[in-house]
Amino acid sequence: MAYSGVRPTTRSRAMVSETRHLLFTVAPGAVWIVIFLVLPSAYLMSVAFMSTGIYGLPELPLSLESFRRLAGFGFLGWSPGNIYTLLRSLWQTLVSTALVMVVAYPIAYYITTCRERWRPIMLLLVVVPSWTNQVIRTFGWMNLLAPGTPLANLAELVGFIPPNMGLYPSNFAVTLGLVYNFLPFMVLPLYAAFEKLDTAQVQAAQDLYASPVRAFWHAVFPQTLPGLLAGTVLVAIPAFGMYVIPELLGGGKGMMLGNLVANQFAGSANWPLGAAGAILMLIATFIGLFAMRRIGKRLGGGEEVVI
Amino acid sequence: MTPSPLAPEPGTREPDAPRDTDNAAREASSIELLGLHKRFGKDTVALDGVDLTIRAGEFFTLLGPSGCGKTTLLRILAGLEEPDSGSLKIGGLDITDTPPHKRSVNTVFQSYALFPHLSVRDNLAFGLRMLGLPAAEREARVARIAEFIQLNDLVDRKVDQLSGGQRQRIALARALVCEPDVLLLDEPLSALDAGLRSQLQVELLRVQKRLGMTFVFVTHDQQEAMVMSDRIAVLDSGNIQQVGPPREVYERPVNAFVARFMGHDNLFPITRRAEGGWLTTELGDLRCDGEGAGDLLLIRPETLDLLPGEQPGENRLLATVGERLYRGSHAEYRLDIGQTSLQATVNNRGRHLPEVGERITVTVAADDLVTLGK
Repeated sequence: MAYSGVRPTTRSRAMVSETRHLLFTVAPGAVWIVIFLVLPSAYLMSVAFMSTGIYGLPELPLSLESFRRLAGFGFLGWSPGNIYTLLRSLWQTLVSTALVMVVAYPIAYYITTCRERWRPIMLLLVVVPSWTNQVIRTFGWMNLLAPGTPLANLAELVGFIPPNMGLYPSNFAVTLGLVYNFLPFMVLPLYAAFEKLDTAQVQAAQDLYASPVRAFWHAVFPQTLPGLLAGTVLVAIPAFGMYVIPELLGGGKGMMLGNLVANQFAGSANWPLGAAGAILMLIATFIGLFAMRRIGKRLGGGEEVVI
Repeated sequence: MTPSPLAPEPGTREPDAPRDTDNAAREASSIELLGLHKRFGKDTVALDGVDLTIRAGEFFTLLGPSGCGKTTLLRILAGLEEPDSGSLKIGGLDITDTPPHKRSVNTVFQSYALFPHLSVRDNLAFGLRMLGLPAAEREARVARIAEFIQLNDLVDRKVDQLSGGQRQRIALARALVCEPDVLLLDEPLSALDAGLRSQLQVELLRVQKRLGMTFVFVTHDQQEAMVMSDRIAVLDSGNIQQVGPPREVYERPVNAFVARFMGHDNLFPITRRAEGGWLTTELGDLRCDGEGAGDLLLIRPETLDLLPGEQPGENRLLATVGERLYRGSHAEYRLDIGQTSLQATVNNRGRHLPEVGERITVTVAADDLVTLGK
């Protein structure tokens, strides 16, 4: 009985301190997200539903005109240009992600077979190029692929391109640029997956009558799937929205969705159309993420393996 | 002790024992090793000319300290390591150049090496799948082995949801379900705590006796080796030091290394020999039956008897109790004799256990003394 008066006080004090803890720990992050993610996104959404004003700036009244334009309906009737851009973005994403996988897989494996003290250096070699500005590196590729360069001459010689065309600007150059740019994002998660793998398991598979090839497919590959899926998310999403590489290496025919959006905020000046394009990108990205989650869950036997 | 999960119920059919009545199949599981050499790099000699015959149906243990080559030898049997020279036959067939996946040999790995991405069921079925068995037979055999190791409730779990002892059983079952000619076990119990370990030692032994399969077992624990084995090979720096049944290796070690590895400390250089088997060591003169040609005298601590007071006589030594460790069932003594000391183990039969500082007499029978080479 002596404590009956004390207990509620300590409890409410505990609650106060808990609230204060939350305020100090969660609040800064929440404020950050609201200012830099929620507000701009809300603004972007609202812009997409406005009409286009005189300098391409958004104006009232609300309108769905931008989405109509995005779907290809313009002053001169319907044109498939934007649909092509969307499809090209999806295709480039698909192809470059697949190629990144094919290139990164053996690299990641090779690094795990190196001596322990060499591994950080090998990883560094993979990562260091991405410390340089992306624009500069892409300009580098322009110099390597332009007409008259050794690479372009070689491609001409084997009949890969017509004379004096150069390897850039082209869709090929965009794919190459994307693969080059996103390689580290696939190598790192794959390396993590390989490093976790116990080599005794490979031997156990062989001991249990699996040939080297089957030991790989049944004991190694499934265990690297989480890394492969994580890498796919890290590569495919930014590749889908990529702006710099198609801008510099693609030319007029290599445009991707990111360029379409950027153009509406710059040269063509149609903010509502740009905002509508951005929303399309967001939706496509979410669909992609959702699909990856589903695949990940199925492959992981019901467990989360991606994000 | 509780009934073993792997022990058969009386009258039931033994689930995975097609070989124990089949003599022809049992013959297929003898092992012959001839002149095996293996080096790692330039300087590390793992095996330095190993000749060994393991009989079909035998529980054979490779015993030695780490780095003695026992694991390398096991890996060569599995095909996971290639010998530099020498040959390897199982059931009379030379399999020196056969890759691991074509050998009828399965391994229980020290780390178990279970597949974390597969359920227990798929782990158990892995070998059968690779062998191309039809699904129905695969399932039947997996179900039988799961029941055999009494883990049939767990077959749908992932490996990381199992305890250490359960993983050990799955690793054993995953190898046994393939019904290999030879089962290799690489320190399979070393990761377990002492209680579980001794329980699984008994279970493993029963499984082997029931299946009649040849087991090659690697351990660095001489107690474990003695409990489990039909025969033991003691290895040191890539050489086999001694091969024999546990009693022989323990009671008649051929050299100082084997004696020390089997836990013997009472080794004394022989300084002089005389007629009638008399040997002189720093302890004094002792008479030894048997050939006694070696350079060292081995006195096993448990062969010694302690008499109260000073009672000189043949094969009696006067000593002072230097130290006593009371262990309940027995007591371990350090007895000081002159400049040296002698270890003795005395069973506690309720009689007087000499105290530290007491003067006593140590007696040993002449036929309990062993001499051995350096």
